[in-house]
Amino acid sequence: MSPWKIVFWKEVRENFRDRRTMFSTFVLGTLMGPVLFAGLIGLMISVTLERAEKPLKLPVAGAAQAPNLIAWLKARGVEVEEAPADPEAAIRKRDHDVVLRIPAEYAQQWREGRPATLELIVDRSQQKAEQAVSRAERLIAEYVGMTASQRLLVRGISPEVVQPVLIADVDQSTPQSRSGMLLAMLPYLLILTVFAGGNYLATDATAGERERQSLEPLLINPVSRGQIMGGKLMATFAFAVASLAISLFAFSITAPMLPVQKIGMVIEFGPKQCLLLFLVVAPLGLIGAGLLTSVSAFAKGFREAQTYNTLLIILPAIPSMLMALNPVKPADWMYSLPLLSHQLLIEQTVRGESLVAWQVAASVAATLAIGVVIALVAARLYHREHLAISA
Amino acid sequence: MIEINDLRKTFGAVKAVDGVSFSARDGEITGLLGPNGAGKTTTLRMLYTLMRPETGSIRVDGTDISVDPDGARRKLGVLPDARGLYKRLTARENIEYFGRLHGLDEATLKARTDALIGALDIGDIAGRRTEGFSNGQRVKTAIARALVHDPRNVLLDEPTNGLDVMATRALRKFMQKLREEGRCVLFSSHIMQEVAALCDRIVVIAKGRVVAQGAAEELRAQTGEANLEDAFVKVIGSEEGLSL
Repeated sequence: MSPWKIVFWKEVRENFRDRRTMFSTFVLGTLMGPVLFAGLIGLMISVTLERAEKPLKLPVAGAAQAPNLIAWLKARGVEVEEAPADPEAAIRKRDHDVVLRIPAEYAQQWREGRPATLELIVDRSQQKAEQAVSRAERLIAEYVGMTASQRLLVRGISPEVVQPVLIADVDQSTPQSRSGMLLAMLPYLLILTVFAGGNYLATDATAGERERQSLEPLLINPVSRGQIMGGKLMATFAFAVASLAISLFAFSITAPMLPVQKIGMVIEFGPKQCLLLFLVVAPLGLIGAGLLTSVSAFAKGFREAQTYNTLLIILPAIPSMLMALNPVKPADWMYSLPLLSHQLLIEQTVRGESLVAWQVAASVAATLAIGVVIALVAARLYHREHLAISA
Repeated sequence: MIEINDLRKTFGAVKAVDGVSFSARDGEITGLLGPNGAGKTTTLRMLYTLMRPETGSIRVDGTDISVDPDGARRKLGVLPDARGLYKRLTARENIEYFGRLHGLDEATLKARTDALIGALDIGDIAGRRTEGFSNGQRVKTAIARALVHDPRNVLLDEPTNGLDVMATRALRKFMQKLREEGRCVLFSSHIMQEVAALCDRIVVIAKGRVVAQGAAEELRAQTGEANLEDAFVKVIGSEEGLSL
């Protein structure tokens, strides 16, 4: 058996005996993603449904100034309420999403046929209020349009005269692509799993061995340090890939339970998608294992390695966050970059789009190539003289 | 047989080892005596190829360690200063791990492991995970692990450190047994009595240099002291860092 395999099996066996590693790697690490995902998506769906179906509650100040408008709103199912004494304060305190104020001069302006002012008191920075505000705006715009048409008809003019252009909204999104927006965080959860899955073992196998004073005797064996590092790296990679597999399995169970159809969306997460996602994401495990091992070999102590590695796990979130804030149009070159290509390929897979073979191949090849380079860096760090010196 | 010639190693401005030369013969126990910080551990670390010397050469049974470090390592059994075990593996698994890394086949591995477990009298703990072992049990397991490939040359860095009387006595007996088997045994210590009682040849190191070497009588004759311990103190120039 080649030396790296001996090291590999020893690391696997030793870590299988550690209940804490097993729990954090294969239970906590793998299931947190799917559970978090199901919980958040479930919450988003129920909030969306609730807001869309609930009648709009609209506090109105000075309702007596515009009985027609109020009657019309009520006819459209709006629950008109008495406005609070200080509408601005109520909005700032988030007691209400939106308040309509009808100023005292409204009635007179209306009678004289001049533009009558309505005040919609809102806080645009409140995302939660967005839906109520836009519903109120749409209702008022509708009322204005209707009144304008009536006034034109009274004067014998066709309302079409003032409507030279009609915009028809031709939506190209499919139920699958709409759920892509909801799924924006899935890539990060999967990438996180593959990094976090190897974290514990990588830190323990290098920094932990040194701390426990067993690295020096190990390195005295007539085996090259590259082989010893290789065994540890492959064990890290194996744990990372195993937690990815478990996590994907858990996703495939939780995803179909989400009531996404209720908001007209579809998430594809069957066996075929699981297999594709595994193929796409697993190579990242090599980069993760190489980085975690390098950091563990570089750090002065176990605690230091633990701190750096915990920060390292957050690193792959950066492309995901940038993509969520500023979605880009996929370009060919993006498929040759790790993380970015994973972001795109994962989203495409769960949206139910078919993947292009060369894109997958480019991502896998580039990721493995960079993974090998990082593994070589880890091997170089293993050759440093003071790596083994524990005291 | 270990031959060390003009070894030097500096850490920053500190000359940790400054021109050390000596040899250790087969069938003898050679003691490396010196106060803490004299350069014993650094000398041994260069000998077992963990550190690269700046100048000088080391031969193990004729093999130059800078030319063929793996070949030299095969001829050495080392109990280093760091002797951590894998606490989630049993004592036997700890020993077998190193045996496999030495490339032993399964039959030889089993025979060697059983023999060492018998010789070191650790049969009762061999199947237990090493977590919670006493110091003596740990050192014995670490020695078995170091000797699993049946090396001709045995290096022990302060082997009796932290051991109780019983474990110390057992370990000394074991070292004598290694000598009887014709092996070259080299061990470091800062305990004068231990060196005086065990060694055929003694190399006294202070401040990175060899200040005296030879058999016990030779050292007594060189210094004109009748008592070996007085002779040690005289060549080192101080009692600091030594133990009785």
